[in-house]
Order: sequence, then structure tokens, then C-alpha cells
Amino acid sequence: MEKVKLTIDQKAVEVPKGTTILKAARTVGIEIPTLCYMHLEDLNIEHKPGGCRVCVVEVQGRKNLAPSCATEVSEGMIVNTHSIRVLNARKTVLELILSDHPKDCLICPKSGNCELQDLAIKMGIREIPYQDIAEMSTYRTDFSPAIIRDMNKCIMCRRCETMCNEFQTVGALSAINRGFMSVVAPAFEMDLEDSVCTYCGQCVAVCPTGALTEVDHTNRLIRDLANPAKTVIVQTAPAVRAALGEMFDLEPGTLVTGKMVAALRRLGFKYVFDTDFAADLTILEEGSELLDRLTRHLNGDKSVKLPILTSCCPGWVNFFESQFTDLLDIPSTARSPQQMFGSIAKTYFADKIDVKREDLIVVSIMPCLAKKYECTRDEFKVNGNPDVDYSISTRELGNLIKQANIDFHSLPDEEFDLPLGESTGAGVIFGATGGVIEAAVRTAYELFTKKTLDSVDFNELRGMDGIREATIDFAGTPINIGIAHGLGRARKLLEDIRNGKSHYHAIEIMACPGGCIGGGGQPLHHGNFEILKKRMEAIYREDQNKPIRKSHENPYIIKLYEEFLGKPLSDKSHKLLHTHYVDKRKKIIYI
Amino acid sequence: MSGIKVELKKKDADTIKEICASFDNKQDDLINVLHKVQQSFGYLPAEIQEVVANELNIPLAQVYGVVTFYSFFTMVPKGRHPISICTGTACYVRGAENVLSEFKKELKIEVGQTTADGRFSISCLRCVGACGLAPVVMVGDKTYGRVSPEMVKDIIKEYEDQ
Repeated sequence: MEKVKLTIDQKAVEVPKGTTILKAARTVGIEIPTLCYMHLEDLNIEHKPGGCRVCVVEVQGRKNLAPSCATEVSEGMIVNTHSIRVLNARKTVLELILSDHPKDCLICPKSGNCELQDLAIKMGIREIPYQDIAEMSTYRTDFSPAIIRDMNKCIMCRRCETMCNEFQTVGALSAINRGFMSVVAPAFEMDLEDSVCTYCGQCVAVCPTGALTEVDHTNRLIRDLANPAKTVIVQTAPAVRAALGEMFDLEPGTLVTGKMVAALRRLGFKYVFDTDFAADLTILEEGSELLDRLTRHLNGDKSVKLPILTSCCPGWVNFFESQFTDLLDIPSTARSPQQMFGSIAKTYFADKIDVKREDLIVVSIMPCLAKKYECTRDEFKVNGNPDVDYSISTRELGNLIKQANIDFHSLPDEEFDLPLGESTGAGVIFGATGGVIEAAVRTAYELFTKKTLDSVDFNELRGMDGIREATIDFAGTPINIGIAHGLGRARKLLEDIRNGKSHYHAIEIMACPGGCIGGGGQPLHHGNFEILKKRMEAIYREDQNKPIRKSHENPYIIKLYEEFLGKPLSDKSHKLLHTHYVDKRKKIIYI
Repeated sequence: MSGIKVELKKKDADTIKEICASFDNKQDDLINVLHKVQQSFGYLPAEIQEVVANELNIPLAQVYGVVTFYSFFTMVPKGRHPISICTGTACYVRGAENVLSEFKKELKIEVGQTTADGRFSISCLRCVGACGLAPVVMVGDKTYGRVSPEMVKDIIKEYEDQ
């Protein structure tokens, strides 16, 4: 590859032709500040609108300052990244951005994690000269069940737009209007709730300011925990244990299952349970559904729809309910583990401990923002009382533990409570892309072939590639499996199904990069896939360490069927553990 | 905009689909498609944008983004007698601003709006190439030169029965 030689801040640099000044500077340890720029290397997304001008540098012989994120190097170029002219311009740019930005940093949900705030600190901004003449924006704040849009804090970096349109292909957000009036919004500035938004939360994960944040249920939780009339129980999703440690400066990939359980107990939860238990339950229901469809298909029943699609991921469910409404009969009808847990907790378990449904509060800790919405769906309520009362994110839990003066590092490792805290390795791997289908294969194989697996590790289903496929030999019957993470990739698989070109029997979809480990409610990874890979390794390590690794061997699941449900796909199972999907396009209204 | 979703007549939806098809439903031709559709319907309300988005397979939010970016596109139907006030340099220095406020006052609407009876709408444009007649006002195809605020009432009167 052709190389280019140049000088940056008097350092000689040699980089391949086509490299930007920003990246060339990084190769010699010079970090030029940026704001709108975003590079998610492993997702192949480089967002460089060149709009904020924070990254400007001086190039000798060039009249204007150059945005380093969008300017390619050339032979013999002499670049200065911190001349007085550059520093003045950078400061002015920042002062202009700040001039109409709300000054409520002290109470902003992004405070401490805000890239604009970081820059103001770095540049030593002590006054904002233009604010007297700057007109403040007065957009209404848009509250949805999962995401809050406070567009007064939008700096038009448009990163959210890139995630929503290019990576997820959801298309809920776009820049609208022009000049001072421009802002990122759904079509016709309708509420996010009425738009095609899936609540995947990837926009929140990349927003540099407090413009996009999650709905925070922390205070509600504190109030409920203090109420003696309520029994408050909690379930924790598999991906949380692989990332929560990062909130306490532990290395990414540190498993903190035991400490997390201990912390939840100290916060005051009466019972600390595991969503992994419900994941095992999901496998029995979804796996049985797969086997049922598969057996009928193999016996020549032409009415059977294949492939079967997983239905654990609420962002994914929202996606096909609004964009693939012609395929609503293909996904599994099994509810997600979060909802299966809630349903069992408020029937089977509530009876066991003799607590009325209304007095039992079920809270979930999720790596996800769409889960906040999922538990508000009417299908998951009984007489208006939700199966899961509300969901809080990994980030919210981390902050709550800090608020409660709990020294996370010195906590002992504690065990989940029984019976809804017992889980197998198959339940744990739900947290990573490929994990749900691997868990399903472990059970479906044994139920289908009546043989015991030699090894439960299906490495061909694991990994970080966006779309993966594998054929698993079910004792002579080849089963074709497809996997996608990220809704843009899912769209490709769905379009194949729509066009009759899909050869899969089963497909697993997760909306976020890497699966739940990269969810919109996780500690921010800033596009660093090394962090996601470490979280993924942690998930598989937890699976490896489990004495039982197949869902159908979970003794408390077996007991649940014996005492309560009967068998998978029974009438009771259908009522409590399955759902139906709705055509969301009908909901679209114009304001 | 109203709170109710207006269903398009099938005939109208077909017209939009035909226009999209004439551009092979190409996403790159969004602006051209919107131009043609606005020519046919006079404006681009939400339900029309929805059909265009579906036909070209573009997110509705992006179509709306384009419609709101270009001042040529409008989501409000123009009046039967669209009033355009030139606010180009020559007209401006000769008092177009006062003429404009007189129109706004008389019709009780702002720039970009249409009167409740659908008769008049006001828009601004920059230079019609008749700077010698500044300030210039156009009503439909008819041009009025050297307009003063005092003349506004009479101009409106000309169209009141139509």
C-alpha cells in the first residue's frame, strides 16, 4: 500500500494513503479532541460528518483550518494540532455549542459521562460569551416507556441517526428542518412511542450528551424497597453479571455473579432470583415448539412455517412487528425469559410464599432498554397488574449500589435464592449472540434423538461475525441454523425468508451488537469490541463452570412442570408463557 | 396538522405510485419524486409522504427530513391565490418588510400559512427579476409593482369574491 510521509506537531509520521489526519496523529500518540466523530471499527461504521469542527487543525499552506476527522493526509503535509489559532478556534466552537446548551449539568442524567462536559473541562471553559444573545431551543421532551429524548441537549452530531439507520436499519430517527431549527427526530416529530423505534437503545449508547437517555426507575425502586407492605423480588439477566464489574473499575469480562447477588440482597430485595432460570424455561417451551414444527415439517405437513425465529429479544420483536408484519406467524410464540419469569413469579411463586399478586413487586435487572418497554405491554398484565413491574438497566444498578454505600469490591460471593434462582449453563449463554440457539440445540437434540450429547459445546454457533450459519446433525437429520446480531443483519435474513430463499430451520436474532452483552443498558463500550469479546468469554466461562448445562436437566424446572405447568406447550403453558404479535404499523398516527 | 390520520383516496395513492415508478422507485430520486408529487397535489401532507417512503423503501423519517430541509416543499396546501412577496435586496430596501407585515395583518396569517377559507397563503421569495418595480408582490401569476402598505387592502379585495 502506498505510504504518505508528513509531520504532525513536529513528529514525523508515515501512514497509508487515504488515512485521515486524526488517525495519523493517533499513530504517534497525539489525541486530537473530537465530538461528533464516532468510529465503531468492528461494526465497520465510521461516522464523520465534519459538523462540529472541534477537531480542527492547522495545515501549513492552507488558508482555512481543516477538520482532522475528514481531511486526508498528503505527502509532505505539515500539521499543527495545538497552535494558538487552533486552540482559539476550538474554544470558540465549543463556546458556540455551549451558548444554547442547557446549563443544568448538576442534575443532568449524563453528568459525569458527557462528552461535551469532558471537552468543556479539557478546554478550560470558564465563561460562555454568547449566551446572552443565544436563543435557547424549546423542544418538548419526548417520554417513551424506555427512552427519553431531550432535544434541547442535542448538538447535532447525528451519531444516533447513523446507528438507527445504517446499523439497525430501523429508520426511526432523521435530521429534520435546517439551520438553527435542525434537530434529530422521528417522522413528523411524532413521539418515539408512535414511531418505528424498537427501543434497542443503540442511539442512547452513542449519544455524547444528555439528549438521549434511558427512563430511570431507580427512585421508584428505592421507594418500593422501603415499603413494608410490599415483597420486592428481583431477577437478573445473564449479560448483567458479565458487565456490571466495569461500573466498579473491574476489568471487562470479570464475572461478578456472586457479588451482584450479595449487593442485591443488601439493597433489600426479599428474594434474589435469576432470569437464567426463566431462560431454561424458555428453552423447554421454544425448543418444544421448534421440535413440533420440525417433526410436522419432516412428516410432510405443508402448513408448517419454517424457519422458526427466536423471540427473546424485545428490540427484535418490536422490529418485526413494525417492519415485517407479513411474517408475524413465523417467530416462536414463547415469551422472553424476563416475561416468563414475571408470569411464574406472580402465580406459582406468589402462591408458594402466600403473597397476593398486587403486593409482590417483580423487578428485573437488564442490559437492555427495550425490556423497560416490554414489561409495560398489555399482554403481560393481569387485571392491569404487570407480570414484571419495571426493569432497570445494568448502569442504573451500578449507580444504585454506589448510592447505597455498598463497597462492591469487598462483598462476598453469594448464591441466588431457590427455586427461581437455579439455572443451567444453557440459561447463561442467552446473554451472547448464538447462545439462545445453542441452548435450544442442546435440549432439542436430546429430545429429538433420545440420545445424550457427547459434548454440549457447539463452537460453530459462537463468535462475533454479524451473520453466521451452521448445520447441526440431529442423528441423521441435518438442521440448518442461522444467527444474526444487529437489526440490519436481521433484515437480510428476513428478506430472504420473505422472498422464499431461506433454507434455515431456525434463526436466532438479537438486536444489539454481540447480543445482550452489547445491549443499550450496559456500561458504555464506546464501540470497543475488545470489551464485548471479553464479556462474551465471561458468559461462556460461566456456562463451563455450571454443573448442569442443559435446560431440561434443571431440577427446579422439572419440578415446576410437575407441580404446576404439566408439560411444555400445555394449556397452562400457553396461557402463562406464550404470547401473540401485533401489527404495529396500524398504530402510526400523525400529530 | 390534525390528530386524525387521513386516508388517501386510492386514485391519489395510484398517482403517487405512478410518479415513483416513473423514477424506477430509485431512492436517489427522492427529491425529484417529491417535486413531481407536489406539482400534482400542491403540497406534501404526511399521508402522501408515507406512500412515497413505502414505494422508494426509504424510512419515513428521512423523507420528512428532506421535506422539512428544502423550503420549496410544503406540508400546508397553498391558498387559491398564493401571495408571494419579494424580499430580495432591492425590494427589501424599498420597504418589502412593511408590505409583508401589512399582508400578515390583513389576512391574520404568518408566512407559510393559509387562511382558514383556503383563499390566500403568504410566502416570501427572493427576486423575481423585476427590481425596477420594487417592492414586488405576486398573486398567482399576476405581478404588482411599487407596492406600498396602503395598496395591500385593495389588492386583497380584487380576489375576495373568487
